[in-house]
Amino acid sequence: MSLLAAIIAQTVRLGIRAGGGALVGLIFFLAVVAVVPFGVGPDLNLLSRIGPAILWIGVLLASLLGLERLFSADREDGSLDLYIASGEPIVLLVLGRAVGHWLATGLPIVVAAPVLGLMLNLSPVALGAVTLTLFAGSPALTFIGAVGAALTAGLQRGGMLIAVLVLPLSVPVLIFGVMATNGAVYDPDPFTAPFLILCAFSLGSAVLAPLAGALALRVAME
Amino acid sequence: MVNPVNRFPRIRVEADALSCTRGGRAIFRDISFSIGAGRMLAVTGPNGAGKSSLLRIMAGLLEPAGGRLEFRAESGSAEEAESPVHYLGHLDGLKPAMSLRENLRYWCRIYDRPAGQDDLEAATGRLGIGHALDLPVGVFSAGQRRRAGLARIMLAPRPVWLLDEPTSALDRDGEATLGKLMDEHLQSGGVIVAATHLDLPVRADLTLDMAVPA
Amino acid sequence: MRQKPARPKKNAMSVVNQLANPTRFLSLSARILPWLAAASAAVLAIGLWLALFVAPPDYQQGDSVRIMFVHVPAAWLAMFCYTLMALSSIGSLVWRHPLADVSAKAAAPIGAAFTFLALFTGSVWGKPMWGTWWVWDARLTSVLVLFIMYLGLIALWRAFDDPGRAGRVAAVLTLVGFVNIPIIKFSVDWWNTLHQPASVMRLGGPTVHPSMLWPLLIMAVGFTLLFLTLHLAAMRTEIFRRRVRAAQMRAAVQPAASVGRAVAAHG
Repeated sequence: MSLLAAIIAQTVRLGIRAGGGALVGLIFFLAVVAVVPFGVGPDLNLLSRIGPAILWIGVLLASLLGLERLFSADREDGSLDLYIASGEPIVLLVLGRAVGHWLATGLPIVVAAPVLGLMLNLSPVALGAVTLTLFAGSPALTFIGAVGAALTAGLQRGGMLIAVLVLPLSVPVLIFGVMATNGAVYDPDPFTAPFLILCAFSLGSAVLAPLAGALALRVAME
Repeated sequence: MVNPVNRFPRIRVEADALSCTRGGRAIFRDISFSIGAGRMLAVTGPNGAGKSSLLRIMAGLLEPAGGRLEFRAESGSAEEAESPVHYLGHLDGLKPAMSLRENLRYWCRIYDRPAGQDDLEAATGRLGIGHALDLPVGVFSAGQRRRAGLARIMLAPRPVWLLDEPTSALDRDGEATLGKLMDEHLQSGGVIVAATHLDLPVRADLTLDMAVPA
Repeated sequence: MRQKPARPKKNAMSVVNQLANPTRFLSLSARILPWLAAASAAVLAIGLWLALFVAPPDYQQGDSVRIMFVHVPAAWLAMFCYTLMALSSIGSLVWRHPLADVSAKAAAPIGAAFTFLALFTGSVWGKPMWGTWWVWDARLTSVLVLFIMYLGLIALWRAFDDPGRAGRVAAVLTLVGFVNIPIIKFSVDWWNTLHQPASVMRLGGPTVHPSMLWPLLIMAVGFTLLFLTLHLAAMRTEIFRRRVRAAQMRAAVQPAASVGRAVAAHG
């Protein structure tokens, strides 16, 4: 446990400090959400209807930021070599880095989401629902992203590639995230089932993504 | 001189017909040696002979293409879960945005050897970087980074040191300190495998010349 | 004490594989390939004749239903090819078989091509049926996501210099994708039923009249044979490409592998 805590703490610290990506991710999220009304027009009825989707897509895109450095930094400064040589399981490194990355970049975005939701004219129920679903679903986005980061750790410039690899895999999370949010707002639509499936995605990816990521890192090292 | 609490088991390292292939190309083949506790093996040879690859195989970073490698307890001590090796490669695994203290603490927690205030100060003091404990590693010189790497392996005792060009970036003073550290490690029953194309500060008991056959 | 895994047997085997198997594969495939090509041409010719001239036009859709005879086999091969790649990926990760790498890499562009064909024919078929070139129908949308995954895999492959490393990294992604495909399918189905009423028609649903079923099955066999032909040819090309690369590397490095002089020294 101490090992995992050490990795998580280091990842959070590196993310928050100057040069880390936490603040940039938050600003990017703000920028994406702010740009949409310029595209679709300032119609508040329309914005309140598609608001949850805008927020979810904003989180999806913002979660891609900073993934590129998640493992490639470890590879470049030799940490990954030393970690593997220490004999500790790589699965824990991937898990710790992913959890730390979510705490440093994902959680602030989720907290900021209702504020931006106000600007999109979301009702109080929708604000609560979108925050809740983002809180439940965004870990899955980070875990899937961590697999992409591990796959491209051996590359000089993997940033664009990560987005291409991760986005199709994130489709289910987006579907159920927006569906659960709408389910909470519009009466006949279901909320509980999609919300539970969303939680299942986060829990399942928390188990499977570190395994896949560790395999990818191991292979990328050779 | 040697902290008796942190003693490690005596280990013999045996390699039998190791070979290495990288990207479909054979780097070396049929490397065999056996080295016991308190001994040092120097691996020499020209660039591209595979010195680094051999050390990386020993550190578990590369799969050998063939042959076997064994870390055998000489004193027949109980099974230990942790890896017996310390690897000192070209990079020291330091995060530039974090202070030296944070960096060393992190590695001590990874090695599960919690380091107290005194341990950190003693180790960095010996290496001449004690004054920089709270400075971000990003401002360090290459030599100071190497010293930080040495502090890392001092803080968590492990029997087998794998040193890849350990004297690189070190000045004469740093080399002398490195020599003392290596001497102490050997005297306390450790094993050192060092790859180098320069003179080492400590005389090796054995030399593995990875020369390219004419 | 921890011991390094010692696997002399397996390593000896992989050396043998590396040297002998691709060679044996090349000579074997050279003999099979012409027959396979001829067989797929024959079956496709029969299938197309049945599909275009013998099968009756649909009472609702008229002759445009004949697109199905290309669309459904293409969609089937889009999935089949990914399954083959997933199996190959297991082969390259677990047994490190060099031919498994080659197989997965050679299959990806072919799979992408069949997936594109399925999307394209689906779109062309949809125009007279739905009145638009694209409808976010559950099946088409799943295939679209699959297409993007194929492209991502190809991009990942091209990003690495070393084919061995590229193969294993891509194998991990292929397996991750394989686990995800049913989840994506399930999600898209759910999403689709919630957002729009059931489709005007089901693309190649199980309620196909027997007079159409036979041509469809023959076309499916023909497409599969065509795929195998293309895959075999692509694998041969990939093996030759790797040999050229290996020869270039040998030419770049003059000295042979170094041999330790202190063999069996004891200390």
